[in-house]
Amino acid sequence: MSVQTDAPTTLDVRALGVTAVNRALRALPDGAQATLVEVRGAHNLAVGLTNKINITINGNTGYYVAGLCDGPDVTINGSVGWGVGENLMSGVVRVRGNASESTAATAHGGLVIVEGDASSRAAISLKGGNLAVAGNVGHMSAFMAQAGTVLVGGDAGDSLGDSLYEAVVYVGGKIRSLGADARVEELTEADIAKIREMCAAAGFDHINPENVTKVASAKQLYNFDALKNQRY
Amino acid sequence: MTDHDDITPALRESATYPTEMISHIQSMSRSGRYEIRGWGAKRQVPSFDDLSFITASLSRYPLEGYRERCETKTVLGSRFASKPLELDIPITIAGMSFGSLSAAAKDSLGRAATAVGTSTTTGDGGMTEEERRASKHLVYQCLPSRYGFNPEHLRMADAIEVVVGQGAKPGGGGMLLGQKVSERVAKMRTLPAGVDQRSASRHPDWTGPDDLTIKIGELREATNWEKPIYVKFGATRVFNDVKLAIAAGADVVVVDGMQGGTGATQDVFIEHTGIPTLPAVRLAAEAIREVGMTGKVQLIVSGGIRTGADIAKALALGADAVSLGVASLIALGCNSPYYESDGEQIDVTADYAALGTAPGYCHECQTGACPVGVTTQNPELSKRLDPELGARRMTNYLKALTMELTTLARACGKNDVHHLEPEDLVALTIEASAMAKVPLAGTSWIPGQSF
Ligand SMILES: Cc1cc2nc3c(=O)[nH]c(=O)nc-3n(C[C@H](O)[C@H](O)[C@H](O)COP(=O)(O)O)c2cc1C
Ligand code: SF4
Repeated sequence: MSVQTDAPTTLDVRALGVTAVNRALRALPDGAQATLVEVRGAHNLAVGLTNKINITINGNTGYYVAGLCDGPDVTINGSVGWGVGENLMSGVVRVRGNASESTAATAHGGLVIVEGDASSRAAISLKGGNLAVAGNVGHMSAFMAQAGTVLVGGDAGDSLGDSLYEAVVYVGGKIRSLGADARVEELTEADIAKIREMCAAAGFDHINPENVTKVASAKQLYNFDALKNQRY
Repeated sequence: MTDHDDITPALRESATYPTEMISHIQSMSRSGRYEIRGWGAKRQVPSFDDLSFITASLSRYPLEGYRERCETKTVLGSRFASKPLELDIPITIAGMSFGSLSAAAKDSLGRAATAVGTSTTTGDGGMTEEERRASKHLVYQCLPSRYGFNPEHLRMADAIEVVVGQGAKPGGGGMLLGQKVSERVAKMRTLPAGVDQRSASRHPDWTGPDDLTIKIGELREATNWEKPIYVKFGATRVFNDVKLAIAAGADVVVVDGMQGGTGATQDVFIEHTGIPTLPAVRLAAEAIREVGMTGKVQLIVSGGIRTGADIAKALALGADAVSLGVASLIALGCNSPYYESDGEQIDVTADYAALGTAPGYCHECQTGACPVGVTTQNPELSKRLDPELGARRMTNYLKALTMELTTLARACGKNDVHHLEPEDLVALTIEASAMAKVPLAGTSWIPGQSF
């Protein structure tokens, strides 16, 4: 039987279990489409995939949905638990609802979009990936973020960008407080172009690219020097 | 003139302020910072040296040292993994990052491990191509920093080790000072070259044992349930931590005692945290037994393992395997007064002196200026370690350790090193007896237990 790349596959998470669903997804050829139903908050759905497929998840998921992926595009029609798109290498992960903690943690590539709010530690240790959140992000977001871009349409919680390295954060709303070694910088033309590009990719039209606050590293903690009264 | 006027009073060192402490205080008063260094705890703690084997005599008979086989095969990860690790010896190489170690050192360890049929482990900073190529069995670490963490490498690994902590710094994060963050190291870790690289002490996407259960589930799903999953932590609340790691789904638990080495950590952490490896093994084995997982979940211990005797004692107390850190660096030439080039010995005591130390005393791995090319990213210094020679030395060391181990096991009448048991041991000190729960030599007494 030849596999029809255009016939969508429907997988019932409740009936099959997470492991069988992930195996079925892994077996799909590039270009295939799959829809996951009866999700019921299951953890670890669609993780570690490398095939270029389109996955739609109908329902709320638990932890790590689309984590460790390097290929598929995943849309979640619901809210997600911790670590959506964690360590993502490529692909687009779209959350139509809200996201819990550590959204896009350590993502190396790709784009994670949250249409609602994301809780604390969003983009923690980001390593080159991109995160776009339409609403607010919680405290300690972009903690130790090394590379990549974070766009927040709403407000950011306490200690934004603590111990940032080279990642950049753009915030449309208010920032409750900045973390150690984070500072506000002037927007450049390149920043505005980047924000515009991310808004377009995420489908956000509520952010004025020229009216966001840019947060980057002050680079005062790059080298340890106790005599400078560094705040660790 | 009185009788005692001509007696020069002996210099009297203070026990509270010995010269070492004076220099420590003065160094802090000058720099305003704590000392960061390599290696593990340098002070004396109760250890395997405080135990002795009561080998066979009239009541037990030994195996023939040179004729009767003594099995050393070790299987790790048989609980859930469809492809457990099958090692020829119970002696593995601990996780040490490329970055803290030179590429030549990593290469040497990989080749040696392959030659004797055991595993090596990546470290903070990810997997290098050379390391994967050199190592038949490679364990891939998942650390809090996730520097260089790559799902492709996860699939290329033979086992996965989730690192919660290390014996040298339980509860602490990592550190790689700027002088070791070379272009290549920086690129692998997605960092600017030359920064003092700090790594987090908590994982970015989970906290606590319930989350760990899900995290382990994710790693299994991402690798098709093939690979053994280890959970490694520094020895602190060992009994509870082992039970929690097992409940979270670990195939293998790795417990690193307070003597455990490091590439760079605060001295205050190295010397003042955790419990020694000796009680850690016993506690871990008890925890595994209590949850009915003996033989199903394997225990690897590390922290100050140097000899076949240490390994035999760890196995007798319940470990399935051990891991070597600092001892493997020493085998490669760490703390040697010279390095070898084309069969010639080149003296480097001056280079040790430049670091304020001497062969036999060095713990300056954090500087990146390792006189023998083991823990450096400096291309010139790296050349001082010839990977071929390093591999040969390490292979010899692993073989000799195995011979020491089987010698002791045979003398205890065991045809498999995994049959060594606490009944084969006695303690030489009351402390060791209490910690290992084996009787004080010549008595049937174990402190804390009724007669
Ligand atoms: C140079 C060096 C680098 C290390 N790097 C790591 C690391 O990246 N990850 C880790 O889990 N442990 C690391 N460790 C600790 C070892 O994995 C191991 O737990 C310890 O060395 C065992 O104790 P021993 O050195 O007394 O054998 C390192 C140790 C050394 C000596
Ligand atoms: S000789 Fe090299 S590896 Fe050994 S302690 Fe000194 S710096 Fe570290």
